[in-house]
Amino acid sequence: MNIGVLALQGDVREHVRALTDCGAQACAVRRPDELEALDGLVVPGGESTTMSNLAVSFGLLEPIRKRIAGGLPVYGSCAGMIMLADTILDGRPDQEAFGGIDMVVRRNAFGRQVDSFEGAVAIDALSGPPLHAVFIRAPWVERTGPDVQVMGRVEGGPAAGRIVAVRQGNLLATAFHPELTGDLRVHRHFVEMVHRSAAHR
Amino acid sequence: MSDAAQNVPATGTAQVKRGMAEMLKGGVIMDVVTPEQAKIAEDAGAVAVMALERVPADIRAQGGVSRMSDPDMIDGIIGAVSIPVMAKARIGHFVEAQVLQLLGVDYVDESEVLTPADYANHIDKWAFTVPFVCGATNLGEALRRITEGAAMIRSKGEAGTGDVSNATTHMRTIRAEIRRLTSLPLDELFVAAKELQAPYELVKEVAATGKLPVVMFTAGGIATPADAAMMMQLGAEGVFVGSGIFKSGNPAQRASAIVKATTFHDDPDVIAKVSRGLGEAMVGINVEDVPQPHRLAERGW
Repeated sequence: MNIGVLALQGDVREHVRALTDCGAQACAVRRPDELEALDGLVVPGGESTTMSNLAVSFGLLEPIRKRIAGGLPVYGSCAGMIMLADTILDGRPDQEAFGGIDMVVRRNAFGRQVDSFEGAVAIDALSGPPLHAVFIRAPWVERTGPDVQVMGRVEGGPAAGRIVAVRQGNLLATAFHPELTGDLRVHRHFVEMVHRSAAHR
Repeated sequence: MSDAAQNVPATGTAQVKRGMAEMLKGGVIMDVVTPEQAKIAEDAGAVAVMALERVPADIRAQGGVSRMSDPDMIDGIIGAVSIPVMAKARIGHFVEAQVLQLLGVDYVDESEVLTPADYANHIDKWAFTVPFVCGATNLGEALRRITEGAAMIRSKGEAGTGDVSNATTHMRTIRAEIRRLTSLPLDELFVAAKELQAPYELVKEVAATGKLPVVMFTAGGIATPADAAMMMQLGAEGVFVGSGIFKSGNPAQRASAIVKATTFHDDPDVIAKVSRGLGEAMVGINVEDVPQPHRLAERGW
């Protein structure tokens, strides 16, 4: 089983480490021909406008959309969540996403860097205490379609109740960065999704 | 019980400050002096822009005291783009930093490119919610800045020259000093800390992990896609480009080329492709021709 981390820009190494710590085989991918062998893909945190720009320039947009349509499990954190959204608010006018999750995501929704924060988020599908979540110029989910499962919301503070973790089919997205905290539960959950998907093929 | 455990969101933590730099990795941060330049940078795929009044090459040419930018100019740039905006404060000038934090700047660069405000002390960066990036020419300097609260380090190079030689020297020096630490037996780390003029705990951490506890970019003299790619191959986690873009013949194309070369830094085929037809690079000036007192990298202690 081979999981790729999209390495156009962002915290690629942290995702590779988290996946490896979960026992998965993980590698950085940057080219269309590297997608073919993948059983799963992670779109990391970073700057979504930069990822969009480079994904267009290097011909990754359509190949990744095709793999998503074919059921490839994909997990996106922060910028990765934006890249998986069908609709982006406060993006650049020419900003492209892979899409796949029927949701409206607002970019930089919590504010600027001085508003970035850490706080608790309870995730329905994960056992144990709420996750300690790190939000960095993070997006939130403003609306979700009927097939989207809301998995977690901000628990306290001025943004309490905002949706920050969702799943639709084989696509998983969080507005925060579990790859930074050493808590592997979200990555384990995704690796299980990849296992199950591979078993069904 | 921590704030987070009580469900009160905590801002300005080390995790949040250092994490912001993690998100910039593999990216290019570009110096801009107008909202129009900021838009060109964003269009080209910059991960952030550095708002300043004059690029280092002009600071060098025009001389005089160089200070924090006009808040109107910073507001204009913040309004023009959706990517993070950084801005420079003078070394030790904590009030300039307070103003930049109030303006909503996403990262403050306590920078040797501006005229220092304090020749003994740097800013106490722990006292701020906004994160700081600081320059370093060697490991001791980097660790002292981290001790003061810097959440990101950039090797200094020699800003405003278009000469990459000091960037390579500083990056190689820092990486070599880290490698040396990892090879030392534990009982020699005490003396290593003394020699580095850095706290023992931090020295021990670097010796154990083989890397700085914060992200390290490169800066100072990067003018071409190949320069950026070389610095990435030497171990930089991302690139600051100052005068190199908007002092060149075709800024939009050069900016985009440097972004692509940074991502594909280990692929000469991509670097060759993006290097074609870029037009004039900044003319530049050899660091050796800059008289010692005018070398910016020597500011900071």
